[in-house]
Amino acid sequence: MSKTSRTSITMPAQAKKDSIIEIRAIAQHDMETGYRYTDAGKLIPRDIIRFFTCQYNGAEIFRAEFHPGTGANPLIIFTTIATESGTLQFEWRGDDGYEAFNQSQITIT
Amino acid sequence: MNQQNNQRRRWLSVLSLLSVGVWLNPMLAFAKKPEAMEAITRIAGSQTPKEGRVKLVLPPLVENGNLVVLKVSVESPMTSQDYVKAIHVIAEGNPLPNIFSAFLTPRSGTANITTRVRLGESQRVWAIAQMSDGSFWQGYADTLVTLSACTESI
Repeated sequence: MSKTSRTSITMPAQAKKDSIIEIRAIAQHDMETGYRYTDAGKLIPRDIIRFFTCQYNGAEIFRAEFHPGTGANPLIIFTTIATESGTLQFEWRGDDGYEAFNQSQITIT
Repeated sequence: MNQQNNQRRRWLSVLSLLSVGVWLNPMLAFAKKPEAMEAITRIAGSQTPKEGRVKLVLPPLVENGNLVVLKVSVESPMTSQDYVKAIHVIAEGNPLPNIFSAFLTPRSGTANITTRVRLGESQRVWAIAQMSDGSFWQGYADTLVTLSACTESI
């Protein structure tokens, strides 16, 4: 059973060639740690996003692994060099078959 | 009387030597909790990460440990010969010390990562950077957490 959720990418749509751009990627997710109990004393199983990858025109430029210590709705801000016009593809994968995809275009001026 | 004084002197010198020993022994000077140590060993293997180059920014006082903004930056030219391969963040006081790992490439341009983490208690948080030449560097930040991330139930 696959799950998905809303994601959002914030990055410039245009950039000068070889300038450094900042990318903010956020996914809507509770990031259940697996360390919490219900009032009845039952352990709530872990349900988190495990992996995040970013591909720039098909080449992987950034990857992250999350653990339960990452907060809910994981936000990650990183940078990359704007090398060429094209598409940046973002992918999140997690427990219980969670997957989410997003993409963003960039034009080099 | 004289002998007593001598003994006292000897004791004092032993004490001062001991304190110097603590200062020189890196394992004690940078004492980490065993789980955090283990997590760092899993990352760095047999190497001991060197101090410096890594800057970790956390608010000194955190009201709610559920969402804490954490910033890591590593000094590196970020060229294809010399770049930061990975940044690992380890929290000493969390039930699971690993918080997140980021894997960078020379195309990252800079080694600056910002994210939001959970902190279980007041503690020291470590950032370990793995360079492309295989060396490891570390930095840390101390923080005071007034509301833990791990106490609430539903």
